[in-house]
Amino acid sequence: MDDVYSRAGDTADPPLLYPDYRSTPVRSPSRPLITIPQTLSEITGPVYGHNDAKPGEADLTRQHAGEPLGERIIVTGRVLDENGRPVPHSLVEIWQCNAAGRYIHPVDQHPAPLDPNFTGAGRCVTDENGTYRFITIKPGAYPWGNHHNAWRPAHIHFSLFGPSFLTRLVTQMYFPGDPLFVFDPIHNSVPEAARHRMVSRFDMDTTRPDWALGYVWDIVLRGRNATPLDADHD
Amino acid sequence: MTERTPSQTVGPYLHIGLVPGPFGVREVFSGMVADAGVPGTHIRVEGRVLDGAGVAMPDAMLEIWQADAEGRYAHPADGRPLASNSFRGFGRVGTGADGGYAVQTIKPGQVKGPSGKLQAPHINVGLFARGILKRLFTRIYFAGEPTNATDPILALVPAERRATLLAKPDPAKAGLWRFDIHLRGPAETVFFDA
Repeated sequence: MDDVYSRAGDTADPPLLYPDYRSTPVRSPSRPLITIPQTLSEITGPVYGHNDAKPGEADLTRQHAGEPLGERIIVTGRVLDENGRPVPHSLVEIWQCNAAGRYIHPVDQHPAPLDPNFTGAGRCVTDENGTYRFITIKPGAYPWGNHHNAWRPAHIHFSLFGPSFLTRLVTQMYFPGDPLFVFDPIHNSVPEAARHRMVSRFDMDTTRPDWALGYVWDIVLRGRNATPLDADHD
Repeated sequence: MTERTPSQTVGPYLHIGLVPGPFGVREVFSGMVADAGVPGTHIRVEGRVLDGAGVAMPDAMLEIWQADAEGRYAHPADGRPLASNSFRGFGRVGTGADGGYAVQTIKPGQVKGPSGKLQAPHINVGLFARGILKRLFTRIYFAGEPTNATDPILALVPAERRATLLAKPDPAKAGLWRFDIHLRGPAETVFFDA
């Protein structure tokens, strides 16, 4: 049975065991993954989108009585597959810390203030061109316990589905030029050549005058292998 | 060729975005994969997620993807009509303080496999957590199911490790199946690459 989805792009992903990220040695399998053919169970997947996000859920600055503190930003881009085709009508979920680098989560005890006007959760559905768009505030960097003086670069967590179980992706979007990249084992778990794909770019055209800075980040999900029919037309 | 975006861990605060009920955010997914109206044998799958030191993982999340009782997926690549419009076959659940999770669903039917050969009933599981840099993927099969013996995917798993993929019926409660996930160690669950 031929693969429906390409495996070649797997080289962009981090290894499961990356000892510099100290949670991985006890949370990664010791034995190799068992390679299996792509059956109907894998090439199907949850079809989410359409009614699964409400319009207001893409604006993280309007979820409370007041507006959150911090730098208001627009984060937008397209969800594509490896063949460059848009992934339309697909659910995008995000979460992040506040401008001070603090998550609303009870596990986060970093001594930076919570913001009563910021939860840090959003979702939207890509349009027919695969475009998503969020309004939020720029998250702060924050310390974590991985090693001495460990700090995470500012990032927004992204969760994407695509059209099958095999296209599912959870990743993190970073901001351009962050000096913390070189010290961050989560960022650096990704092969060097692919790290830049996780970094958004500042975009003046997306920036709205007197209101918010714009960042653009395209996300590329696993794509289908060319079928003999496609090859005839390429 | 457009270059694929790399995977990253969900981190310890995944609940804010993915299972956000406790933060006052509307949830679109839950561990209720099939409600009472969906035809089929209703079951509950419970288990714990444990790390390589045998420590419960209270910050893991499972995603469930499965066929209906007739072996049909709610997806265009399957294409067959479903017996119930409310069945989407997908669920998502976070683990509790004891590493435990619970999923309410129906036992899936047999699904076509490679070369048209039928697969044994199984539930696809995606596992996410802090320390997992890329989703782990496993399957829940059902102990005692006769078709396990001819399942083409189980056949790829070394015989001595197949038991890690079998949910066991709880003798104390009808319809309850137990399936623990061990990330590492002697009882390490089999994880797949597709």
